[in-house]
Amino acid sequence: MHIIESGNVAAATGVKLSRAQVIAAYPITPQTPLTEKLSEFVESEEFDAQYIPVESEHSAMAVCIAASSAGARAFTATSANGLLYMSEQLHWAVGARLPLVMCVANRGIGAPWTVWNDQQDTMSQRDAGWIQIYANDHQQIIDSVIKAFRLAQTVSIPVMVCYDGYILSHTYMPFEQPDQEQVDSFLPPFAPKNFLDPENPGNFNTVTLPDVRPGVDGKIEPGYIEIRHNLHEDLRTALDTYEEIDKEFEEQFGRGGNPLIEQYKCDDAEFVAVCIGSLSYQLRDVIDIMRDDGMKIGVMSVQMYRPFPDEAIVAVLAGKKCAIVLEKALSYGNQGALYGDIKSALYNSDTKPHVHNYILGLGGREIKTQHLLDALTESCTSPDTIGDTPRWIGLKL
Amino acid sequence: MDRLKIIKKNIMEKKTTILNLTEEEFVHSGNRACSGCGLSIIYRIGLKALGKNTILVVPPSCLTVLQGLYPVASTKLPCVNVTFASTGAAATGVRGAMKALKKENVNVVAWAGDGGTGDIGIQALSGACERGEDIIYICYDNEAYMNTGVQRSGTTPQGVLTTTTPIKGKLQEKKDVPSIIAAHGIGYVATASAAYPLDFYDKVKKAMTISGPRYIHVHTPCPPGWSFDTRFTIKVGKLAVKSGLFDLYEIEDGEFQLTGESKRLVGKEKPPVTDYFNSQGRFKSLDAELVKTVQERVDTKWAKY
Repeated sequence: MHIIESGNVAAATGVKLSRAQVIAAYPITPQTPLTEKLSEFVESEEFDAQYIPVESEHSAMAVCIAASSAGARAFTATSANGLLYMSEQLHWAVGARLPLVMCVANRGIGAPWTVWNDQQDTMSQRDAGWIQIYANDHQQIIDSVIKAFRLAQTVSIPVMVCYDGYILSHTYMPFEQPDQEQVDSFLPPFAPKNFLDPENPGNFNTVTLPDVRPGVDGKIEPGYIEIRHNLHEDLRTALDTYEEIDKEFEEQFGRGGNPLIEQYKCDDAEFVAVCIGSLSYQLRDVIDIMRDDGMKIGVMSVQMYRPFPDEAIVAVLAGKKCAIVLEKALSYGNQGALYGDIKSALYNSDTKPHVHNYILGLGGREIKTQHLLDALTESCTSPDTIGDTPRWIGLKL
Repeated sequence: MDRLKIIKKNIMEKKTTILNLTEEEFVHSGNRACSGCGLSIIYRIGLKALGKNTILVVPPSCLTVLQGLYPVASTKLPCVNVTFASTGAAATGVRGAMKALKKENVNVVAWAGDGGTGDIGIQALSGACERGEDIIYICYDNEAYMNTGVQRSGTTPQGVLTTTTPIKGKLQEKKDVPSIIAAHGIGYVATASAAYPLDFYDKVKKAMTISGPRYIHVHTPCPPGWSFDTRFTIKVGKLAVKSGLFDLYEIEDGEFQLTGESKRLVGKEKPPVTDYFNSQGRFKSLDAELVKTVQERVDTKWAKY
């Protein structure tokens, strides 16, 4: 069914179609309409799920962790400071290997307060071990939510589906809403091997020791470092797993094909602008203008940020003259986090491009097409003279 | 009254006695609790009352240690260890899953220390109580952060020496956590003591007959934290009740009544609080003035019973 709705409603619809069983959330701008919509779906009995209006984000994630441990498909959503308030729980959910899905409507972090969009919130949680998927439009939001549940339960790692606050969360776009039957055949019910079960009792998330240790049966069980190593290995495997899941999704729904990175006019490009999220669509307009002037430039958006699709990114960027990384987040005191990751991925490439870093849009500062045009033009005309220091776009000092 | 008479009286009142206490154990012996641990007593007795069809939710506390180090566990019931501040919400999540999965008649039981309940965990517990979650919450109150090495907590009594009140003793009074929980208007709030384990057993049993949030606050002597010999756990626990410092009661649908030993004490002369204070090293910095103040508080409180 083709509908026109907001990004938050696209997300809520994806959660409903995915038959989440336990939903807990605490309202925070700009995620709020998603939470409201889910409560409406449940209260109207259109959606058979437990909706638990918790008293905080920390508790929202606690409910999801416990419900998932008990064998239920669980979902929450948040933004900005709410995400940071549940930060401890994010790490817990990963360590417990629970297939949760969470939507984050990206917003800048206080202080000072801002309710507007940037991506500092999720970028600051990049090392928690969650899989991070970024959507560029409403279709990608709803599709990513459905694929995220499948991915999470395939690799037993929680997945964040991130989309730009207001720019996507509150705007209306047409998108295709999949049929319930189609989603049911794509996403099997959650049936974990281990869950809290009086018939088969287990003690979950107990204290582990620095070293391996035998159980009562004499079998050697892992220590903390082995458990964490396995998480990392499984995260790396998740890149391939997600590509396979996306392929299956594409065969069934006719959409997808770019699960890790999305490219626009990159094939013959000498320059590639790199970003995350909805900015990539704005950059397409800029790139088209520049191409009219004879500049060979393309855009790549990173769709899955963790695990980091380094091979896919290097495959696009190696051999180019310059990669221009534009970010709505910053590793304060250093550089953009994505910039650092991309430079690191390119380090062993024989044909590595120059890499430039631009910081923009923090706290919702308007990103003007002219500013993008100026910055990209400068990078393209002097790729080897722009240094390693992040350059700020639209700053009014 | 001699012991036989008490047992006969309890049987008449349908109270559990050592004669009819269920034999099935859900806590293995040889666990990692300290010797003389009050929690060890009530955990064993509490799980007997709860029985097999139970899921436990446990935040960091001495209980985390008691339950053993991976891959060995001392508890024969399913248990999920959760973050410190999240116990009430995590129990909510387990119940939510039981509802979603149409699994009826499972006891969802949170079991936390005084810090995990009344300090860092009070927000999640308050939220669960306000929402009317169908959970049993048991707080074992050993009156300090024992697992991290005896630091003061909200429920540490005034004057007690801890490793963060090392010279003057705690300046503030004990936080009355069960009253805070009772103020949520939930169906069942009770206090109990590790020194009266069968009274605790019956309170857990009663809680299991009620739905919605149920809260039991258990005074739990701790030999290393309170500085007394491991032989005296029961003696020290009983002195707290008999001196009128810690009262055993139930609040059922808002109706308060003293229970067990505290009920028997009404109108009777009680030993002075100094008997209790002198039984432990943690009160040794109390001055005469504070002792007098505490005795007056106890007398004023009991004058109302």
